[in-house]
Amino acid sequence: MIQLENIIFLIVAALGIGLFVWQIRKIRKNILIGRDVDRSDNPSERINKTLLVAFGQQKMFKRMLPAVLHLFVYVGFLVINIEVLEIMIDGIFGTHRVLGFLGPFYDGLMAVNEILAALVIIACAIFLWRRNVTKVPRLATGVEMRAWPKMDANVILITEIVLMFALFAFNIADLKLAALNNHTLPGTFPVSSSFVNIFGNDAGTLATIASVGWWIHIIGILAFMNYLPSSKHFHIIMAFPNVYFSKLWPKGKFTTNPAITHEIKAMLDPSYQPPAPEMDAEGNPIVQRFGAKDVEDLTWKQLMDSYTCTECGRCTSVCPANITGKLLSPRKIVMDTRDRMEEKGEHPAIFAPNHYKELGVERVKTTDEKTLLRGYITPEELWACTTCNACVESCPVNIDQLSTIMDLRRYLVLEESAAPASINAMFTNIENNGAPWAFPSSDRFNWAEELYVPSKN
Amino acid sequence: MEENKRLVKVPTMAEMAANGEEPEVLFWVGCAGSFDDRYKRVTRAFVQILEHVGVKYAVLGTEESCTGEPAKRAGNEFLFQMQAITNIEVLNAYNIKKIVTACPHCFNTIKNEYPDLGGNYEVIHHSTFLQQLINEGKVKVQGGEAFKGKRITFHDSCYLGRANDIYEAPRDVLAALDADLVEMKRSRANGLCCGAGGAQMFKEPEPGNKDINIERTEEALATLGTGNGVIATACPFCMVMMSDGVKNKEQEESVKVFDIAELIAQAEGLSK
Repeated sequence: MIQLENIIFLIVAALGIGLFVWQIRKIRKNILIGRDVDRSDNPSERINKTLLVAFGQQKMFKRMLPAVLHLFVYVGFLVINIEVLEIMIDGIFGTHRVLGFLGPFYDGLMAVNEILAALVIIACAIFLWRRNVTKVPRLATGVEMRAWPKMDANVILITEIVLMFALFAFNIADLKLAALNNHTLPGTFPVSSSFVNIFGNDAGTLATIASVGWWIHIIGILAFMNYLPSSKHFHIIMAFPNVYFSKLWPKGKFTTNPAITHEIKAMLDPSYQPPAPEMDAEGNPIVQRFGAKDVEDLTWKQLMDSYTCTECGRCTSVCPANITGKLLSPRKIVMDTRDRMEEKGEHPAIFAPNHYKELGVERVKTTDEKTLLRGYITPEELWACTTCNACVESCPVNIDQLSTIMDLRRYLVLEESAAPASINAMFTNIENNGAPWAFPSSDRFNWAEELYVPSKN
Repeated sequence: MEENKRLVKVPTMAEMAANGEEPEVLFWVGCAGSFDDRYKRVTRAFVQILEHVGVKYAVLGTEESCTGEPAKRAGNEFLFQMQAITNIEVLNAYNIKKIVTACPHCFNTIKNEYPDLGGNYEVIHHSTFLQQLINEGKVKVQGGEAFKGKRITFHDSCYLGRANDIYEAPRDVLAALDADLVEMKRSRANGLCCGAGGAQMFKEPEPGNKDINIERTEEALATLGTGNGVIATACPFCMVMMSDGVKNKEQEESVKVFDIAELIAQAEGLSK
């Protein structure tokens, strides 16, 4: 029977989902600021990769303890969502445990749910401990790990724990009520049945607890969903498309700019006809910057990377530059990209970009330029990179930090000629001698002089 | 043994083409292999192996030029493409099909970045090439027992390893020696960079509290333990960085840095 409660639920759910859709549209718009890049090739290979890396959590297992704990939360998230579906249906139609007709399957589902919910609580508690008490360095340090990202992580973990407790409160009260009324509740509840008496025997109180537990869980989920676009926790959605669209070729292959190829070919061969430049809507040729100065110079995939980042710091913890005290932190590059994109484009419900200067961070010598380069990311960071791909290898959601670092570096060199002097000297050597060192090219074959091998007879 | 040796005349592509011949494989020497005194020894060791097994090879000699790799990693796409397009013209004019190189940076660039600019070749790194020679029985490593009990640790090159997923070939080559192979904690996909990639070779490090090669050398030395040992590399930049690291730690008497080709040439009795 549909009552006032169901109508309220319907309104709350519609508001929650509507707000979420509104935020997703903003994020889509932000990502589409980026340059176009074709990642529609090889769908079967991409699906395989998504199954392994995103669904299968393959790269998480480089570190066992967090991988196992994260697996509990991840599987818990996937499975408990089936119960959320039931909660939605119950909420709209005033039914009670509508999926109960599934019989033994429902029993199994509820049992698995309860065990997972308990494991989620344990895992989140350990995660809180690691962040706030033992302070695992990659989670607790770094100039990019300012107040907001730290709070964000704690908000999520505490919310997850509260949601699980609400679920248990609902189940325990529901179970006790059924026992008092002498009817059997569909489902098996291995955890709740052990605590079935904790709320006493008063039917009225129990009904209130069940109802409050139910409402906290459902409102919690809607609120959580709307918090996601502002949070590192957005990875629970973005990880899947981001892995699907990740690069399939060897990590050592950097992009080639075809505009430069045409320019060189025309230089070497005056009869070479470069293709006509692309035109914008008004018929003016689109002149793209070489490299990236700001977010619109990056590709949509690089911008999507920044929305996928979980700020776990695996990349930074394996970065040779960061390990040896340099300013470069691949995680910072990705987080700065997201901040700058939201500053320049749309921003979700909660918006807290990191302006290092305002926060009194001395080491990052940003300028007042309203661009990703220098306004957020400094040349010092970019020049510290050894392009070793350790960050890319370590990322559980296939973010390509290195491609962004390279595009920013390209802008410094190609548009500003702002390379360090010794790098410019290397360029000159290549131009003049065909080698990065100042040796004459006529000496290139001198190594072969006076070379002997034992004769075979 | 002095009398039983012969002078090697390294064949160039220009000579081969003049005689209407084509090599099985072009040996791309690279700038470090051509100019760096330490890495020239690796080039020579590798040529000794090529001569020893009788592979029909050639080099470009003075026609070779930088692949453009350091320019590209430093952000100078223009200079990179200038170099690449010029090199591809030379390679295509000689109808080159297969290239072997002892430099992972040249290897990565020619293999992965030249195809977009019209250069399509079968490119293999010398670690894979040596692995094949050993597997085919062409290199027998009969002097491998000289390495018995010697501790060797292999330092992964980023541009061989993570960049191109080649982890086993250099290890298989080293396994042919009768040595005690030990792995550093950070190895294979988790290997730590020597600090020279991305054009760092050509500049001073940015401000920090340690040099990357020192961090890596400390790890290698701890893995080798006390006594004599070898840090094996398969990249000219790693060679420089690790050698400098060992010198910095004043361990150059007991710990030597060798390229895998040098170790095989030694074991094969081709060089000392």
